Amino acid sequence: MDRADLQARAWDAAASVPDPEVPCVTVADLGILRSVDIDADGVAVARVTPTYSGCPATLAIELAVETALREAGFETRVERVLSPAWTTNWIGADAREKLREYGIAPPVEASGSIRSLFGETEVACPRCGSTETARVSEFGSTPCKAHYRCEACLEPFDYFKCI
Amino acid sequence: MKEELFELLIRLGDDHLVLGHRVSEWCGHAPMLEEDLALPNIALDLIGQARSLYTYAGEVEGRGRDEDQIAYVRLERDYHNLLLTERPNGDFAHTIVRQLFFSVFMQAWWREAVKSTDETLAAIAAKAVKEAAYHVRHAAEWTIRLGDGTEESAHRMEEAVSALWPYTGEMFETDAVTEALAEAGIAPDPSSLKAEWDKVIADVFAEALLSAPDEAWQQSGGRKGRHGEEMGYLLADLQYIQRAYPDMTW
Ligand SMILES: [Zn+2]
Repeated sequence: MDRADLQARAWDAAASVPDPEVPCVTVADLGILRSVDIDADGVAVARVTPTYSGCPATLAIELAVETALREAGFETRVERVLSPAWTTNWIGADAREKLREYGIAPPVEASGSIRSLFGETEVACPRCGSTETARVSEFGSTPCKAHYRCEACLEPFDYFKCI
Repeated sequence: MKEELFELLIRLGDDHLVLGHRVSEWCGHAPMLEEDLALPNIALDLIGQARSLYTYAGEVEGRGRDEDQIAYVRLERDYHNLLLTERPNGDFAHTIVRQLFFSVFMQAWWREAVKSTDETLAAIAAKAVKEAAYHVRHAAEWTIRLGDGTEESAHRMEEAVSALWPYTGEMFETDAVTEALAEAGIAPDPSSLKAEWDKVIADVFAEALLSAPDEAWQQSGGRKGRHGEEMGYLLADLQYIQRAYPDMTW
């Protein structure tokens, strides 16, 4: 197998790893898995980026990617990259739909305006689609999520915060 | 420049670890469930930022120290954090005011550090600046809610502001380290961030019906390892496991 085939196979193996906290999407869907390359010694080098500096899932993700690559028959090394900084803009349209079906409102837009102290985002309820929603807490069950409540169907839900 | 960069990373890492530890003390004790999620989340961000800074400090130093050795086995005098970050939590008002003062400063600091000529620091900053934006918003919203709240909450906020104001001047202090790093384009000159900090705090205070004290005497010494009495207790708690069982891992 030539290097391009190996690389494609390694990518597929690593990309299939589900996110430990939001298992409806993979680490590739979320843009956490940045690249997988085969180095001169044939080692599969996966690069992952943390979502938040303190995200406790980062280590679990690195281990899961390493395991997936080993199971696919690769010698492997996982590197953590900080730059460019992860952004919710890297979450593709398909993954946003998967999040919504799972009950998590997908990020609306990246927070380019970090100065907008009290700018409120309009977040649609993932269950009924109503935009009559209220933010209960900026900080939810994981660093990447905020806690919302739908005023129409009264269901609580998580919102994947823009960053 | 290596020595100055290492010192900067230690100062900044210590600010984040010590404040992260303080904020984590609220876990399970916050006044409401949402805050019991918010405060540990913020603590995680701060400790995560500290880890990146310490890891890089160890690389810059080149003596094989990792983040854990830097965090857990140094003595009090070797910690160069701002005194503000070690102030005890006090009531919820004190915690929120401390968060407001520090996160408004760090938001400006990280934003400038994104342009650092040091690639690794720029990368750490690019992540942290986005997290700091949430910390500012959290603290500012609570400041307004409590300052413009009941008589009791307003009174507690006023007390917290006057207690913590003397710890704000230290954030903007300059010395040979900050001057050399600013000159080299590695890190912002902290004194250059004062005008913006003053403005943001004044805007938030205006909405919160709070006022900044007139020029108060300012505390200093954290950057040189001179701490308040509370710091020893904080480290005793933070370092206990590594002191009792050196090099243990799990
Ligand atoms: Zn709904």
